Amino acid sequence: MRLALDIQHKAGPFNLDVKLECAGPVTAIFGPSGAGKTTLLNILAGLVRPTRGRISVDDRVWLDTARGVCLAPHERAIGYVFQEGRLFPHLSVRHNLTYGEAFAKDRAPVATFDEVVSLLGLAPLLTRRTRNLSGGEQQRVAIGRALLARPRLMLMDEPLASLDAARRAEILPYLDRLRARFAIPTLYVSHSAEEVERLADEVATMEAGAITGLRRLTR
Amino acid sequence: MTFTPDEITAIWLSLKVATAATLASLPLAIGVAWLLARRDFFGKALLNGLVHLPLVLPPVVTGYLLLIGFGKRGPIGQALDACCGIVFSFRWTGAALACAVMAFPLVVRAIRLAIESIDPKLEAAASTLGARPVLVFATITLPLAIPGILAGAILGFAKALGEFGATITFVSNIPGETQTIATSIYSYTQVPGGDAGAIRLTLVSVAIAMIALMASELLARRILRKASDL
Repeated sequence: MRLALDIQHKAGPFNLDVKLECAGPVTAIFGPSGAGKTTLLNILAGLVRPTRGRISVDDRVWLDTARGVCLAPHERAIGYVFQEGRLFPHLSVRHNLTYGEAFAKDRAPVATFDEVVSLLGLAPLLTRRTRNLSGGEQQRVAIGRALLARPRLMLMDEPLASLDAARRAEILPYLDRLRARFAIPTLYVSHSAEEVERLADEVATMEAGAITGLRRLTR
Repeated sequence: MTFTPDEITAIWLSLKVATAATLASLPLAIGVAWLLARRDFFGKALLNGLVHLPLVLPPVVTGYLLLIGFGKRGPIGQALDACCGIVFSFRWTGAALACAVMAFPLVVRAIRLAIESIDPKLEAAASTLGARPVLVFATITLPLAIPGILAGAILGFAKALGEFGATITFVSNIPGETQTIATSIYSYTQVPGGDAGAIRLTLVSVAIAMIALMASELLARRILRKASDL
């Protein structure tokens, strides 16, 4: 994957000015809270339209404000794992997982339903309602749901930040397996050095709305 | 308790008018509620005011405006008659239109509140999973708003059942065509010895209202149960 972005975004007093070219497969965006990491992901997802800029993924242009191009979120083929799960409360775990599939028939699956269920240990949860799940279970379902939407790019916004240390330790092995099993290009936002060292192939450091460095990790 | 044929006709007509008013206006009410809850556009305040107007105008005024607009000589009434053969004036369809207009603000309000209570982040999540806006609405917003939509529909039905001022102004009080429970109670109070009839129809009103309320309660409970079985 080759992701190239050059974005200027002004929201109130906050200024985002990001230039980044990365190859992944797992690129961490690492920085303190308030650095603009989530805003950057939302811009990538198409949920926030930046003031100016250009985003391209491989040979596809997602955004080019100079040419008036801005794909809507549903046209970008992404899998977004939010900080807070955002599972659909009126659907069972199974229907949450399969939600994106129907909209992605034109793309090859990243993983089959059974693969995702066994990889994330979701089998005992399938018939459950989402509101009765623990935080860790919710995040596993959210990850599975994003994978099954057949994404070309995964966006993960501190998927472990809302969990306590024990839950985090429960999920990390799943993320390891995810990395090893499927080579999906991923942008992984985090402020935890430990997660970044463990999961990423390259790290972009972000501070006060700008990327201050990019380094490859040796694996 | 025995009813005169006219009373039975009035009861059936009331149910028919209220049901038609509720069902026909519901899709529009859902659309307007969604616009007001989720979209910012030029003229939003105007639309909001227009929707709420029947709530604050005297019902007679609303009825008279309908008469001017949708009556035999009204521009909209004439156009609808010419193009599709739909006639409102002095027909039960006119009573349904008057009831729908009068109930509209209440229905829109209930549905709008339901939609506003849905976290927009869920809709954003659905769009990142590949759902077009119309599918986000159909698969996320609409199902989550169903309790509110149901509450709005029941409220609208109850309002339509009791509507008097706009109906009698717009389509008069013709037995068998536009005479509902409310307008026949009014007729009974205008003649000597009409008390017995008025009381009979009053009891019917109370009974229908109670049944509607209990039915909505039951329906809401069943929907919740069904949802938890998914």
